[in-house]
Amino acid sequence: MPAATPAAPPTPAETLAAMLGAVPGLADVRIEGGEVVVAAARDDIVALMTVLRDDPRFAFAQMMDLCGVDWPERAQRFDVVYNLLSIALNRRLRVIVTTDERTPVPSIHTVWPAATWWEREAWDLFGIVFSGQPDLRRILTDYGFEGHPLRKDFPLTGYVEVRYDEERKQVVYEPVRLTQDWRSFDFISPWEAVTTLPGDEKVHQTRAQVTRTAVEPLPPGKG
Amino acid sequence: MSEITPAARQTKQIEIDSHAINFGPQHPAAHGVLRLILEMDGEVVERADPHIGLLHRGTEKLMEYRTYLQNVPYFDRLDYVSPMCEEHTFVLAVEKLLGVEAPPRAQWIRTLFAEITRVLNHLLNVTTYALDVGAITPPLWGFEERELLMEFHEAVSGARLHANYFRPGGVNRDMPAGLADRIGEWTEVFPKFLDELESLLTGNRIWKQRTVDIGVMSPEDALAWGWSGPPLRASGIAWDLRRAQPYDKYAEVDFQVPVGRNGDCFDRYLVRLLEMRESVKIIRQCLQKMPAGPVKLHDNKITPPPRAEMKRSMEALIHHFKLFTEGFHVPAGATYTATESPKGEFGVYLVADGTNRPYRCKIRSTGFAFLQAMEHLAKRHMLADAVAIIGSIDIVFGEIDR
Repeated sequence: MPAATPAAPPTPAETLAAMLGAVPGLADVRIEGGEVVVAAARDDIVALMTVLRDDPRFAFAQMMDLCGVDWPERAQRFDVVYNLLSIALNRRLRVIVTTDERTPVPSIHTVWPAATWWEREAWDLFGIVFSGQPDLRRILTDYGFEGHPLRKDFPLTGYVEVRYDEERKQVVYEPVRLTQDWRSFDFISPWEAVTTLPGDEKVHQTRAQVTRTAVEPLPPGKG
Repeated sequence: MSEITPAARQTKQIEIDSHAINFGPQHPAAHGVLRLILEMDGEVVERADPHIGLLHRGTEKLMEYRTYLQNVPYFDRLDYVSPMCEEHTFVLAVEKLLGVEAPPRAQWIRTLFAEITRVLNHLLNVTTYALDVGAITPPLWGFEERELLMEFHEAVSGARLHANYFRPGGVNRDMPAGLADRIGEWTEVFPKFLDELESLLTGNRIWKQRTVDIGVMSPEDALAWGWSGPPLRASGIAWDLRRAQPYDKYAEVDFQVPVGRNGDCFDRYLVRLLEMRESVKIIRQCLQKMPAGPVKLHDNKITPPPRAEMKRSMEALIHHFKLFTEGFHVPAGATYTATESPKGEFGVYLVADGTNRPYRCKIRSTGFAFLQAMEHLAKRHMLADAVAIIGSIDIVFGEIDR
C-alpha cells in the first residue's frame, strides 16, 4: 500500500490519526500511549466499520475484540470498545461508542461475523443491547441467569449460589449466604487512613515541605 | 385432528428427522467442558451450536477486586496449557501503562520461557489431537517430553503449571544455576523427538485421511472470523505478532514463520509442528544472547526488594509490605496489548483508573474466535470430522470461558 507509507517524521499512529480525521462519523481522534483511539457516533457504526474494513487506506480486515466497559456515574454509562487490526498495514485501531442500558447499539455482525459472540458476551455481562443481532442469547453465564455481572453495581459474590441437594436429588439455587462478610480493604491510603490525630496537625505541614523539597537529594545517612 | 382415512394411511411417509446430539459437556474429545449441540442429518452435521461458559469463573470481575500483582496468577489459570504466555500479555500491558520496561536479562528470560511454553502447548495440542482421531501413541510420547519442560517451569517458579513467574518489571527471580545448560541439552535432543513424532503422524495414511481437506478455512473467512495464530497461518496468511509487532526480545531473534496453504486440519497440525522447531531455534538464541544482570526493575515501588536486604533495611521491609498489601498504583489510561500466545492473538484490554486495581480488564481469548467459527467449519462434515476440527483449533476452556 504505497499510498499509506508515511513520510519520515510522523509515526504510523499519527499518520493513521490524520487520515481518520477526514472520515465522517468519527467524533474524536486521539493517540493514547501510541495507540489510536477514536470515538464514534453510535448510529453510524455499521457504515463506519464497513469503511474501515473496505477502504484500502485503512484495511482493517479483522475485528479482534469487542467489549463493554461500565462507567455508572455517566449518563451514557457503557462504552462499547472495538479493537480492530489491519494485517495488511500492521496497525491497530480502537473505536469506542457509548450507550446506556436501553439504547441499542447497531450490531456489526454483518461486517464481521466474529462480532456475534462478542456482542452476546457484552449483552450477557453488561446488558448492552445490540439491534439487528439475531442471536442475542446469554453466552458465558448459566442458563437462566439473571442480571449482568460485570456491571459495577453487581456484587462480586452475586445473588444466588448453586449446590446439589441430597434430599431433593437435584441442583438447587439459593440466595448467597456468606459465612464471613465480604472484606473490602481500603488499599488506597492505608497509611493516611486516620487523617489527623488531635495535636498532630504539624504532620501535614512537614509533609507539605517534604513534597516540595522532594526533588533535592537527601543528605547522606538519611533514609 | 381429522380422521385418517385408510387411503391416507397407505400413502403416509415416514420421515427421519434430523436429530440433535449433545456433544459434551462430558466428552473426552470436547477438550474440556464444551457442550456442542449438533443437528444431524444421519451422520452429517447440519448445524453446530457450541454452548460455552460451563467453566466461567468470572475472572474479569474478580480482577477488578484484586491488585495488579494479585491478578497475575489468574492468567495462569486461563489457558492452563500455556500459562506463561498469558502472563506475558498482562505483564506487558501493565508495564505499558506504568511506562516502565524490564531489564534486558528479564526480557530474554521471558522470551525464553514464552517459547518453552509454546512447545509445551503445541506438544499437548498436537498429541491429544492425534488421540482424538484415534492415535494413542503420540500423547504417550508427548507427555513424557512435556514433563521435561514442566521441570524447567518448576525450576524457575516452583510450580509445574501455574507459574506466576512473569511480573510487571521483570520476572520473579533469576534462573537457578545450571538451568541454562539443562535447557541447552534439551534443545539438542528435542528435535529428534519431533522427527519421531513426525514419522508417526505426518506420513501416516490414517492420520491424513482424517485430517486432509477437513474443516477448510479460506483466508478471507479466517480474517472475517477474527482468527489468529497457527490456524490463521495454516490458511495461508503470514501473520505473526512476534514478527509484526515484536515485544520483549523477539525483534532480536531469528526465526521463520511457517505458513500453510490449504487451511485444513492437516495444515494446522503441520504449522504447529514446524513452529516447535522454530521455538527450539529461538530458545537456543535466547540462551546464547542472554546477558547477565538484574532480572527485575530496580524500583521497589513496583518490584519487591531482595530478601537479604529486607533483613537489614527498614525501608526495604516497608516497601515489601506496601507492595504485597497495597500494591502499586497504575496511572489512569487504557491499553490493548496483544501477544502471540501459542494459540494465537491473546489480548488484554486494560483500563486503569489510577488506583491499585484494574478498573476493567477484558481478556481477548484466542479460542473464543476459533470456536465461534465451529458451525462454519463443521457444516456438512461427518460427526467424526467435528472431533478432528475441535482438535485442530486448539481450544482450552479455561481461556474461552474465563
